Amino acid sequence: MTADFIISALVTVVGISTPILLAATGELVVEKSGVLNLGVEGMMLIGAVTGFAVTFTTFNPWLGVLAAALAGAAVSMVFAVLVLSLGSNQVATGLALTILGIGLSTLIGAGFVGIIVAPFTSIFPDWLAKDPFLRIVFGYSPLVYLALAIVFSVGWFLNKTHAGLVLRAVGENDISAHSIGYSVIGIRYAAVAFGGALAGIAGSYFSMVITPMWAEQMTAGRGWIALALVVFSGWKAGRLVVGAYLFGLLMTLELYAKATGFSVFPSQFWASMPYVMAIVVLAIISIRNKTGSEAPACLGKPFMSN
Amino acid sequence: METSVAQLELREICKSFPNVVANDHVNLTVNPGEIHALLGENGAGKSTLVKMIYGIVAPDSGQMFWAGDSVSISNPKAARKLGIGMVFQHFSLFEAMTVLENIALGLDRKTSLRDLKTEVLAVLNDYGLQLDPDRVVSTLSVGERQRVEIVRALLLDPKLLIMDEPTSVLTPQEVGQLFETLRKLAAKGCSILYISHKLQEIVALCDTATILRGGRVVATCNPRNETSRSMAELMIGANLREVVKGDRRNLGDIKFEVSNLTLQKVGDFGTALEGINFSVRSGEILGIAGVAGNGQNELMEALGGEVLAGAPNVICLDHKGLGRLGPIQRRALGLGAVPEERHGHAAVSEFSLKDNAILTARTRMNMVRMSLIENAKANAYCDQIIKTFAVKSQGPQSLAGSLSGGNLQKFIMGREILQDPEVLIVSQPTWGVDAGAASAIHQAIVDLAAKGSAMVIISQDLDELLTLCDSLAVINLGRLSPTFKVGDVSIDEIGLLMGGVHGEQGSKGARAEAVNAH
Repeated sequence: MTADFIISALVTVVGISTPILLAATGELVVEKSGVLNLGVEGMMLIGAVTGFAVTFTTFNPWLGVLAAALAGAAVSMVFAVLVLSLGSNQVATGLALTILGIGLSTLIGAGFVGIIVAPFTSIFPDWLAKDPFLRIVFGYSPLVYLALAIVFSVGWFLNKTHAGLVLRAVGENDISAHSIGYSVIGIRYAAVAFGGALAGIAGSYFSMVITPMWAEQMTAGRGWIALALVVFSGWKAGRLVVGAYLFGLLMTLELYAKATGFSVFPSQFWASMPYVMAIVVLAIISIRNKTGSEAPACLGKPFMSN
Repeated sequence: METSVAQLELREICKSFPNVVANDHVNLTVNPGEIHALLGENGAGKSTLVKMIYGIVAPDSGQMFWAGDSVSISNPKAARKLGIGMVFQHFSLFEAMTVLENIALGLDRKTSLRDLKTEVLAVLNDYGLQLDPDRVVSTLSVGERQRVEIVRALLLDPKLLIMDEPTSVLTPQEVGQLFETLRKLAAKGCSILYISHKLQEIVALCDTATILRGGRVVATCNPRNETSRSMAELMIGANLREVVKGDRRNLGDIKFEVSNLTLQKVGDFGTALEGINFSVRSGEILGIAGVAGNGQNELMEALGGEVLAGAPNVICLDHKGLGRLGPIQRRALGLGAVPEERHGHAAVSEFSLKDNAILTARTRMNMVRMSLIENAKANAYCDQIIKTFAVKSQGPQSLAGSLSGGNLQKFIMGREILQDPEVLIVSQPTWGVDAGAASAIHQAIVDLAAKGSAMVIISQDLDELLTLCDSLAVINLGRLSPTFKVGDVSIDEIGLLMGGVHGEQGSKGARAEAVNAH
């Protein structure tokens, strides 16, 4: 009973953390290139509604995920043009992108409210995926494995490849990178698009895995948690995984508090915990590390060639 | 056969930016193995020219020939492919990354870091350079950072190496090492284009010098046949003006007096001020010499009012105690101050010249009426500074940060001088300023004193102080020596008072004691 309880709790933690992990991985790449895109929440919502709509229309969830990624990347290009080509303020533009995402997803999703699609089926046979113990390894939606593969690939890309070195260089010192001959703007466009695509997939996880339906603002602020997670991880891919599961644990506590009536505190208390923790973590980090030396040095600074 | 073909030849290169012609029909020939100086004042077009050679900026017209072939270099990658390397004035390094990663970023071929390390160690060995490839750049000294750039350029096996003002940040020892490296490189057949305005260095190092002024080539010469002075005159296009001090001026009464100024040390790197006494008469220029870090910054802050003195009459202007007044009140009473750091202290780089003028001149120039700034007056004042001091800028709206160091310094000095201060305190008036601007600033200081202001010049440049000042005192370990008349004291004696970096002698008295003790 207790073993079963712990296993199902762990499965929930992993599942619920996945969209945060995906979105944060995308944002990590964006921030490593020196761009701060606060529009993660908006891009996630666009991904959520697009993924749902395409899955509903084509009956193919993989097409849905692909469409969600493309939609996230497309909407991030609005941000990229404003910020990278026209030099607008990154914070304000990112906030505007979130508002755009909320509005646009509500508009697109108006006709899809209340419909349910078939959720992702496991890529593993039932005797693995439904096994009371083995499901801790095999019992997830394919997107969970995809997310983990992406995080480790991104970590490898950033730290081990020449292209990753160039991307970090652009975020560290854009003027130098430009004078050496790298295309700062081009690299940042690519990074922002990648971040948008991952945010899109993260959004589709909500409408296709967690609850296979569309509801307005169903990402419920998880985009902001993803942003905090990037800072929490000190811009390191490995710590991103640990951080995501920590936040997932807190969110799971909320679900269990709600479901079991286990009420030392009301469930709203647990619901607020990830957000409270995000604030506390950010405060602790900024006190401990006043110089902010872990952040890419050019984060949020506009770069205009000539 | 090979040697008769120039490594690089520029013909009739032109480049204009909005409002300024940076290069006007420039011709330049660099032969293989030649160390070629590119000489000019700030803003003469040196940087633009080398940026075109390195492919960062595209020329408007003109031709480039590389080993005899016509080429167009569209980006730095293309330049590196030809064999052109560049070491930037402001290093293009990535602080948070290791030396090796930084070098890898400057290479176009993709080598594994392990192989690269072997190559780097080999180059370091060849040229006898010291550098640890695994150190993070932010922990390196300035000279070591430059070595990273040089190694990066050397790995490309360059035919031409461009050095943009390489010695402006180096210690004399580091300059010596750099010259040795460059000579070794030239001996192997690599041409070097050496940009500088330090004339002695060019005489010591270079085979040929091309002198630019206002975007045009005004002369090509062999520096060994020239003197520093003749090249300086070609560079500024006029006879180097001697500072005209006027005849023995009559010094007036004591105008500015500091008695027993003592301040506690602030922070780990601060210096305490101990019992500083001096007085300056009307029309007098007092110089304060000393090795950097002996309390000059603290003294500057205390005199300007950024740090308050213990009691009002510690600092007196016309017998009025200023000690407990802040900078704004002191300015209103006629005490102007020009701190050493131009960006962020003497001026706000992100502000326009007009706003910078308002910041210190608003009270004395009556720019404020009923709490509102009168823009017309501010603009007029700013125009007046620009005109009087020949500040090269695009008018009062230009950002302070867009001006070259010399021009901004002229503007800052002008801003204070035109307010007719009773006392002007200037720290390092010509630090990092080219010869033309420096002589203009010196003349302005002398002229202001002639009008009856009291001047205090804090500088590490003894030559500067000896030309300008009537009297001289030396600061060492936060203590100020008695004041001497310039002419009554030899350079050796001043040197002894400075006591070197770790010197103990603070005053003549202390020196006498030291002598007696032996």
